[in-house]
Amino acid sequence: MAGKVLNNVKAVSEALDVAMDKWKEVVVYGEDAGFEGGVFRATEGLQAKYGEERCFDAPISEAMFVGVALGMAMNKMKPVVEIQFEGLGWASLQNILGHMGRMRNRTRGKLPTPVVIRMPMGGGIRALELHSEAMEAIYAHTPGIKVVCPSTPYDTKGLILAAIESPDPVIVFEPTKLYRAFKQEVPDGFYTVPIGEAFKIQEGNDLTVVTYGAQTVDCQKAIEQLESKNPDITIELIDLRTLKPWDKKMVFESVKKTGRLLVVHEAIRSFSISSEIIASVNEECFEYLKAPLSRCTGYDIVIPFDSGEGYHQPNPTKILVKMEELLSYKF
Amino acid sequence: MKTKFINVFDPLKNERVEIMDKDGKIINPKLVPDIKDKDLIDAYKLMNLSRRQDDFQNKVQRQGRLLSFLSSTGQEASEVGYTLPLIKGKDWFASGYRNNAAWLTAGMPMRNIMLYWMGNEYGGKAPDGVNSLPPNIIIGSQYTQATGIAFAEKYNKTGGVAVTTTGDGGMSEGETYEAMNFAKLHELPVIFICENNKWAISTPYAKSTKSINIASKGIATGVPSVKVDGNDFLAVYAVAKEAVEFARTGNGPVFIECDTYRLGAHSSSDNPKIYRPEEEFQEALTRDPLIRLKNYLIEKGLWDQKKQDKLDKEQDEFIQKEFEWAEQNKEYPLEDIFDYIYAEKTPDLEEQYQEAKAFFQAHPEAKGGHH
Repeated sequence: MAGKVLNNVKAVSEALDVAMDKWKEVVVYGEDAGFEGGVFRATEGLQAKYGEERCFDAPISEAMFVGVALGMAMNKMKPVVEIQFEGLGWASLQNILGHMGRMRNRTRGKLPTPVVIRMPMGGGIRALELHSEAMEAIYAHTPGIKVVCPSTPYDTKGLILAAIESPDPVIVFEPTKLYRAFKQEVPDGFYTVPIGEAFKIQEGNDLTVVTYGAQTVDCQKAIEQLESKNPDITIELIDLRTLKPWDKKMVFESVKKTGRLLVVHEAIRSFSISSEIIASVNEECFEYLKAPLSRCTGYDIVIPFDSGEGYHQPNPTKILVKMEELLSYKF
Repeated sequence: MKTKFINVFDPLKNERVEIMDKDGKIINPKLVPDIKDKDLIDAYKLMNLSRRQDDFQNKVQRQGRLLSFLSSTGQEASEVGYTLPLIKGKDWFASGYRNNAAWLTAGMPMRNIMLYWMGNEYGGKAPDGVNSLPPNIIIGSQYTQATGIAFAEKYNKTGGVAVTTTGDGGMSEGETYEAMNFAKLHELPVIFICENNKWAISTPYAKSTKSINIASKGIATGVPSVKVDGNDFLAVYAVAKEAVEFARTGNGPVFIECDTYRLGAHSSSDNPKIYRPEEEFQEALTRDPLIRLKNYLIEKGLWDQKKQDKLDKEQDEFIQKEFEWAEQNKEYPLEDIFDYIYAEKTPDLEEQYQEAKAFFQAHPEAKGGHH
């Protein structure tokens, strides 16, 4: 299949381009999303190609973005809203949690709200206050909403297209640190990565590492170091891709095989994605376990600026130390 | 488009559209809308029906047969007035939570409204051919949602108009400004209504805003804004009809303040006697919109006491029947709390549903709530 070599942010543009071409009812908007193409240039070129009617700047009023998108979606359109940075979009939370997740149920299926909200998320880009947030658990906690977080260009395009095609509202978290981190060949045209299916980056027998977003890269680095030091040990690495509904089947099967689990994410620890995964694995796989279920995460703190960020975020060394602890654990 | 009200009455001068006085006598004959006698009588019947439904619901709520409800008593002229110009099945109504008369006018069956207040989500599902959103409890967002609906109407060139409403309290929500700002930027066919009923639960109008009036709040966004006597059916209808035509013909949004008064409590669990001055309430009673329109109809020879008695009896019977139907249909099976969260149940939700089903089969006595 013909394809293009793209980084993650170009994969976003490509997905939106394909969607706008395929469905006339797709409109794309957000702060600076029109002419300039957004601060990360994720929507660059779309206004020139599809016109101001379909790709436009919105005034800085995030509550309005999502409220308007809900009305559009209830009236047969497919809006794709860009929140400039996750931490700048909290004014839209009332509409996301209070309306978007509920309208289908409140109207017994008559007025579904298949809105897509894209949010650049996470740290590692030397940003200021509220530009490095990773609060995905809030959204994953909300009934009626699906949450995805791709880490590769292939998945970014495929998941965004799946989100736009989905009859349910979907939030797409795009790790800002990975926007331009690497490139990958991505097929041309329309394809989807199914919402709810994780991706096994590598097979292994001794420990399951579950992660998503920017930490997929950190985990790969840590695993390389560990496996090169210990040639007998193999690690199974799973990129969740969808945070809600997450791929329980793949994770349970893996933990039943390896007997050990480490969940890695940069989001703050308490009441997080790892809390949910560890609780579920505990319920389902208890008799297979060789070590406590564990996690390597950010701390329960306000996300630090650049100077303190290195303390907060998981990194290959932190992950490596955690993996070694679990592998040497004795009951 | 030549207008009589929009860009004619100036909110900054606190001008207010008035057609009849508080006794129903015409004071502005030039502004009387062109409305057929039959439609006028139908409008009055809807107002009367909503009032009687409010009274009935107050009674049954005290018997514990409704969870709660928010009465439209005193605001019927506004609600019927701004909803009546809508074309059913084409135009949209994005409501707040105090909209009984508007829902009835927009085509929402009374039984649905009652089901909703009994605690059944099916009440929020409008039947085919009725474009009404369910009650909005966290106010403000109906303004942005109506704006999005109007965006789609303009984008798809389907010619529909969206009407949305909130109270004076709701106008403190930022989304009302945000919605008007965006709607004007895109010249969308949406009519924003504020029913200024002077009380946001127990917070009086004077403690919500220092604006000269509510209509002036639209001025900053560039949306043409009109203040109207909200207890004067002819005035509200005339302004709303012009606004709907204005918006439908591509002139963009309109903001209308209906200057009215909430004669009932905020909700069935609120007691306005503890915060509302009695003399203010007594004065408001002299401007009851039903009495004003009835006097006007009598003056025109379209109405009399005999007709009123007959109507009251018919409507009471209808209300009773709708209520009985709703009470008999208010329960739904367990799966309905899982079925409408996503288009298809996620694996997690399916698992939780199976767990709940097995549990309630084994322990049917464990269903909580007031049953």
